[in-house]
Amino acid sequence: MAEERRIRVLMAKPGLDGHDRGARVLTLGLRDEGMEVIYTGLRQTPDKIVEAAIQEDVDVVGLSCLSGAHRYLFPEVVEGLRERGAQDVMVIGGGIIAKEDIPFLKEKGIDAVFGPGTPVKEIANYIRENAKRK
Amino acid sequence: MEMVQKMLAGSDLSLARLITLVERDAPEVPEIMGSIYPHLGNAHFVGFTGPPGGGKSTLVDRLTAVMRRRGFSVGIVACDPTSPFSGGAVLGDRIRMQQHYLDKGVFIRSMATRGSRGGLPRAARGVIKLLDAFGRDFVLVETVGVGQTELDIMEAADTTVVVLVPEAGDTIQTMKAGLLEIADIFVVNKADREGADYLGMELEQMLRMSSRESSWQAPVLTTQAINDIGTEELYQEIERHREVLRDTGRLSLRRQEQRKGEFIETIEQGIRARLLELVERDGRLMASLERVEKGEVDPYSASMEILTNKTLLQGWLAELERER
Repeated sequence: MAEERRIRVLMAKPGLDGHDRGARVLTLGLRDEGMEVIYTGLRQTPDKIVEAAIQEDVDVVGLSCLSGAHRYLFPEVVEGLRERGAQDVMVIGGGIIAKEDIPFLKEKGIDAVFGPGTPVKEIANYIRENAKRK
Repeated sequence: MEMVQKMLAGSDLSLARLITLVERDAPEVPEIMGSIYPHLGNAHFVGFTGPPGGGKSTLVDRLTAVMRRRGFSVGIVACDPTSPFSGGAVLGDRIRMQQHYLDKGVFIRSMATRGSRGGLPRAARGVIKLLDAFGRDFVLVETVGVGQTELDIMEAADTTVVVLVPEAGDTIQTMKAGLLEIADIFVVNKADREGADYLGMELEQMLRMSSRESSWQAPVLTTQAINDIGTEELYQEIERHREVLRDTGRLSLRRQEQRKGEFIETIEQGIRARLLELVERDGRLMASLERVEKGEVDPYSASMEILTNKTLLQGWLAELERER
């Protein structure tokens, strides 16, 4: 009968840096936590990420950015999802993000920010407890 | 259903959410499938199968570009395996299809195989129907690509493309009774590599020896998807196959078979799921199960005890009746 709810996550790397080790580690880690992870690769623009998130109907968008452009790129994704009527998708971020920026990102609608060294389990638990969609 | 109406009116968000419901086998599925039924029949379904790493995703990506240039809309279902251990999956086909992300004429959905053991998730058939109802001209389905167990795709697709690479040369022997028979079109991809011509020749020879029905002789194409070589020819062969299917009446015959198969399968799944629920609650059965687990009785004798016990079976049927 009805399958149990399977959490779907889109992992994306907006911006121009080419460091996707973190995104890959998290992709595999969340797979091992029983989630379906769609990996879209490097150098994605916010509008591409939004379209992919819509079509894949994900519960969570995970953004990784190491170039320093997160203050601009992350809120663009949140805004794009909202415009498309998918404001119920959780958006989380990671990468090299200064502590001072976190309140700003949260104010812009990013649900959580996880810095380098965060255990995958912690992120998985956060997703499971806070994913907004039923 | 409101979501179906929105989808039919062109909302991709609604389409995406309907797909999720179908994937989850939600209680709304019969209603959804029923209400899209009058809108089916426009799309041509093309399946892509073959060993992993053969370039299926790239080929689908380039073929999509050819179809878009001709003004056709495209839906893509890209499948990857579910981990049998964690239940999770990494879905990575989309990464090869980035040129189409912002094109409203292309809808890409990645699917994990979930409970299915073949190369196609159980819900894939429902999903390609949704894409048909959404108005896509072509629906391209990419299987997991595990080799011999790919027969599901033949039943779901109108045209089945088997994608091989030169390195697969020796495996031809093993696919004599598998992939070889389900292909409507063969593609030898990565044709710049050594052995491509040889593999192509070998395939042609084998096909000539087979005595399958004669209205369609599966062509063997060589492509270099990454360099966009041979994709135009692939498109033309797909079109040609579609025309032959239509002209010989085999397309409607195929659809008849598909409908029949789905009808029976849906009933079968429903009965099995309900029965399993009842069985799990049945104390007598659980007792037998325990004895089987411990090795006190062999599984066959134990199951015969259950299957020949009429009062037990009737009890289950009565309970089924009550629950309805």
